Amino acid sequence: MAPMTRSTIELPVTADDYRIARHAAAAIALTVAEAALPSPLPGIKPGLANIIVLVVLARHGWRDAAWVSLLRVVAGSLVIGQFLAPGFFLALAGALASLGVLALAQHLSPRWFGPVSASVLAAFAHIGGQLALARIWLVPHDGVFYLLPLFATAALVFGTINGLVAARLLATPVAEPLLPKAGS
Amino acid sequence: MKPSSDGARTGCATGAADVSREAHLSAPATGCGRGMRSHPLREMMAQAAAASDAPWRALLKPGDCLLLLAAALLVAASYPLLWSAGTADRATVRLDGQLVTELALNASRKFSVAGAIGTTVIEVRPGRARVLSDPGPRQYCVQQGWLTRVNAVAICAPNHVTLQLSARGGNGAYDTLNY
Repeated sequence: MAPMTRSTIELPVTADDYRIARHAAAAIALTVAEAALPSPLPGIKPGLANIIVLVVLARHGWRDAAWVSLLRVVAGSLVIGQFLAPGFFLALAGALASLGVLALAQHLSPRWFGPVSASVLAAFAHIGGQLALARIWLVPHDGVFYLLPLFATAALVFGTINGLVAARLLATPVAEPLLPKAGS
Repeated sequence: MKPSSDGARTGCATGAADVSREAHLSAPATGCGRGMRSHPLREMMAQAAAASDAPWRALLKPGDCLLLLAAALLVAASYPLLWSAGTADRATVRLDGQLVTELALNASRKFSVAGAIGTTVIEVRPGRARVLSDPGPRQYCVQQGWLTRVNAVAICAPNHVTLQLSARGGNGAYDTLNY
């Protein structure tokens, strides 16, 4: 009897894993909350989860931010029932594009550029990635680009707001990392 | 269920604990420690609320302002660019397939073409054009009325005259058109 219960597979969970999971959970919660908001045009959303990505990028680096962002896309789409639907791939394309831009944007001089710049650049990359995928796959016609001004406006507005929120969160003192102690 | 020890150890009393602790007291079952651990967002919000006396403007750095300005200009510039695409700005008149004239669609005027069986009169108004009169027996091109869209065409076949609208950048948008 004893050997059988011992054969349980134990995956070692590191502090990194906890940190990423906590932030991803917050991002997923925002994604779900945001899914309840009515949208004037498909694809125009505040993108509140990106606040978490920006905070994680500034505090823990690009690798953590990429984990949080992609976990958010996959798990968030599972929660709202969009997994592998077109919206999922659009979100994934947007997330990948904005992660790519954030990888470059994090090298901007922190003296001159804050989270707002990163947020706006990432928001534009997001719509860029989404529109590119939509043009290639969903709407193979240049007509999708007629919507570009509207998407760009939304990216500018929400990118700025999200960036300001992220900047404020980053300006507040860092809490002690709440790591679970062994055996708790 | 032993919420208290867990909660105390995982640091419920960090930073903005007052706000979040009250929130957690009313939360069912999960308990303080667990809530704090799995919701960094809530803890961040509480911190932000505590530090909310800082002005939003202070969060913008010089580069941010420049970038926002540049982005706003780009966005503003994208509106006319994309909304003007698809609207015609020239009317092309052809006789026997040979270009006779190109009329800009920004002013009202009339233009006459001497064709195979008589004179076709083209009328241009801002943004649109039509065949005003034609000697053809069935008057198809006249009855077609105003042309407003890019690549719209009125063909007065008996008189060998065509009127076609086009946009900036030529007629490259279509390889072929069927009516």
